[in-house]
Amino acid sequence: MTAPSLTLPRTVEEPPLLAPAAPADYLHGGGVRSWLLTRDHKRIAVMFLGATSLSLLLGGILALLLRVELLTPGPTIMSAGAYNRSFTMHGIVMVFMFMIPAIPTVFGNFLLPLMLGARDVAFPRLNLASFYVYLLGSAITLTSLVAGGADMGWTFYVPYSTTSPSAVANVAFGVFVLGLSSVMTGINFIVTVHTMRTAGLSWHRLPLFVWSLYGTSIIQVLATPVLGMSLLLVAADRLFGIGIFDPALGGDPLLFQHLFWFYSHPAVYIMILPAMGVISEVVCVYSRNPPASYRAIAYSSLGIALVGFLTWGHHLFVAGMSLFDGAVFGVLSMFVAVFSAIKVFTWTATLRRGSVSFETPMLYFFWFMFLFAFGGMTGVAVATSSLDIHWHDTYFVVAHFHFIMVGGTLTAYLAALHYWFPKFFGRRYNERWATIASVTVFVGFVLTFVPQFLLGNAGMPRRYYAYPPEFQWLNVLSTGGASILAAGMLLTLVELGYALAAGPRTERNPWGSRSYEWLSASPPPTENFENELVIARGPYDYHLPE
Amino acid sequence: MNELMRRLLFLPPQASGFARDFDYLHYAVITVSMLGVLAVALALLWFSFKYRRRTQTTDPARPRPEPLTHAQEFGTAFGLLALFVGFWCFGVRQYAVMQRVPPGGLLVYVTAKQWMWSFDYANGNRTNETLYVPTGRTVELAMTSRDVIHSFYVPAFRIKKDVIPGRTTSVWFSAVRPGVYPIFCAEYCGLDHSVMRGRVVALTPNEFAERFERTPRAPGGATHPLAEAELGGNGELTSLAARGERVAAARGCLRCHTLDGTPHLGPSWARLYGHEVPLESGAPVVADAAYLTESMMEPLAKVHRGFSPIMPTYRGILQPAETAALVELIRSLADAPIQPTAPLVSADAPAVTLPTALDGGIAP
Repeated sequence: MTAPSLTLPRTVEEPPLLAPAAPADYLHGGGVRSWLLTRDHKRIAVMFLGATSLSLLLGGILALLLRVELLTPGPTIMSAGAYNRSFTMHGIVMVFMFMIPAIPTVFGNFLLPLMLGARDVAFPRLNLASFYVYLLGSAITLTSLVAGGADMGWTFYVPYSTTSPSAVANVAFGVFVLGLSSVMTGINFIVTVHTMRTAGLSWHRLPLFVWSLYGTSIIQVLATPVLGMSLLLVAADRLFGIGIFDPALGGDPLLFQHLFWFYSHPAVYIMILPAMGVISEVVCVYSRNPPASYRAIAYSSLGIALVGFLTWGHHLFVAGMSLFDGAVFGVLSMFVAVFSAIKVFTWTATLRRGSVSFETPMLYFFWFMFLFAFGGMTGVAVATSSLDIHWHDTYFVVAHFHFIMVGGTLTAYLAALHYWFPKFFGRRYNERWATIASVTVFVGFVLTFVPQFLLGNAGMPRRYYAYPPEFQWLNVLSTGGASILAAGMLLTLVELGYALAAGPRTERNPWGSRSYEWLSASPPPTENFENELVIARGPYDYHLPE
Repeated sequence: MNELMRRLLFLPPQASGFARDFDYLHYAVITVSMLGVLAVALALLWFSFKYRRRTQTTDPARPRPEPLTHAQEFGTAFGLLALFVGFWCFGVRQYAVMQRVPPGGLLVYVTAKQWMWSFDYANGNRTNETLYVPTGRTVELAMTSRDVIHSFYVPAFRIKKDVIPGRTTSVWFSAVRPGVYPIFCAEYCGLDHSVMRGRVVALTPNEFAERFERTPRAPGGATHPLAEAELGGNGELTSLAARGERVAAARGCLRCHTLDGTPHLGPSWARLYGHEVPLESGAPVVADAAYLTESMMEPLAKVHRGFSPIMPTYRGILQPAETAALVELIRSLADAPIQPTAPLVSADAPAVTLPTALDGGIAP
């Protein structure tokens, strides 16, 4: 182990002060050991990219199995027990191992220091620890598969989760550890934004992605401990019968729901805020325009982060909540919707008087806008207390949160992957294949989830292994859509894998972005910038020459 | 128009009194939402076309577009807020309709367990899977669970309520026309969650009275297949309230509570149900099934003013069916005559001297 160094580069080479020759990039040099023990935020980001992609693959395979099972009203390929365990694992893996960590740990890690003109995050070793804690948490979670699976759903509702004869405790501990990783990253990012900004980089010159990471980190640090505590108490109820939540032991099952959603509703914003940050960057670059209102986007991120803490009760409208509570949580949910809608209008207005091009990341921007606006408006609909009564726990809600969380987060993730691919690896992907993959993903997504909205209207509850036969044709349609979506994702994997191995080399700033991360080489050298960066303009000053 | 929208949106038939109103709000919210999405999509398409990049090289210098003004930002924000809060106002009004059970309906006790529903009627009938109700009359369900959380969902009535162990939750509806409507369990409850289904059979009031409100083995009862198949019973049906009396005696409730209005260690059960109960702390509550169940399971949570907090919890002791029987017993005493010997209700007692007791267990 070497001595800690927060600010100095750790390569063997001295950073050349005014060297014209490009220094070695971060990808090269050192063996496997130098990767596994690296404190370079960029290498950690790439390792996270590998790990979260595996999680996405696992969660996606489970989703396909679920959809195949639902092709017929009765048993198709698995038993009811296997189905319950599969949807539980699908939710756990997708939420805690992919959507919550993916954008912050991959793109946040890689880009935050670059966008701040810094050499690294504030606590590089904590950053590496966060990666291994993530791996540990994922491993513990996945031990439940070996232990026969867990079947309580990702929501852990007591008293089912405290009495279910399955490996609930493994998952609870695993998610607890994953939460630690999340908190570590959050603290690191908050401190980094406060202390590592380079000369001339005021708060109002921060790229919007930084604002969204900052808001996300606040939620992670404040809310995750509540989830960790609740899950430990569930495990304690199970293992020692102490009776915090289990009514048979004198506990209160609704207390758990309040605690769980106090984390898990803000967790929705943990998933979507970084995605919004990505979208803000992408729309500006491909329309060569500053955001129509920097202020509106930046402050609405903070608004979502704060008001998002006060809306958890809208998950309990049919759980015996009082009229007063129902009314208050309903109106607070409307406030969050306003912040989100302002962002949608601002992004739309950003195209105005721009110079719009249609590379793959921009296509994903359009998909994001559609899915997010559609999903968001159905969110307003379910926040309308009386309508939620019919929709609660039906496929309408399933479709709603997949539109928002998956449609929003996944399209932004894919946008980010393509937009920053040259930055990460110094290579270009193939625009034609990426476009085909992108359109396939979108068509598949819409075809998967629009039928589910209708199923929910018709009254099909979620988490149903068997269903009345009149729901079949919509389910078949949805499964067809899921297959197209899977094909699109597979095509993306192949297309990006090919680009990684054999894509053409790219110049430093292929998109003509004005954001600061492109001021370093692509891929960046280990120390990020050859000279200390002094910021004299904003990240969206497209009216100035680069 | 209603029928067209309902079919477009794949909604089930509107079989309860408020289903149509709920659906009208549904149509309004969804239509406005979809128009909003459409407007955003059209704006994006238009801007993409009008401002598309025409040359691949760096385009000529353009002036920096003016950012949105404060007026535009706040105008949009408040406009949207007004729209959303408008939805919310209608939604909460309907939510209040759902929450407040109209008095005087038919009360049925629902017990959920993994993985079936059962229904207890005041006259002592009990059915599994099938809930029989008369049309045109308020039906209140007082629901509890024997194991984990379930959720009682009848799509055609647009009602859903979680069914929680150790608590009683209520939901109500009135069926508008005879028919058979599916019941689903909407809260995931384990292995056979998806087949925890039942049905509501709505009968005309006459048919209901004839087939159901009589004891099943009454003369002619055997000719009714419903009664044969579903109602069970052994010819000597005991009413639920009578069962409640037995439970109350067996579980020791009557050591502290009386049935005739006489105050004792605990509040009397006469004239308690449906009346306001003044509490030791906080605003008064109406003694409904939920409050009575809570008082059995967690007696110290809301203590009747004027009584000592001495009642032990019956959580884990009272079975859900016993809880239902006790609630029904207390409900049957809602209008019970008060014993003239009871000191607090003598007609000539000045009301001002004992406001607490008069507000509380014994309404004027």
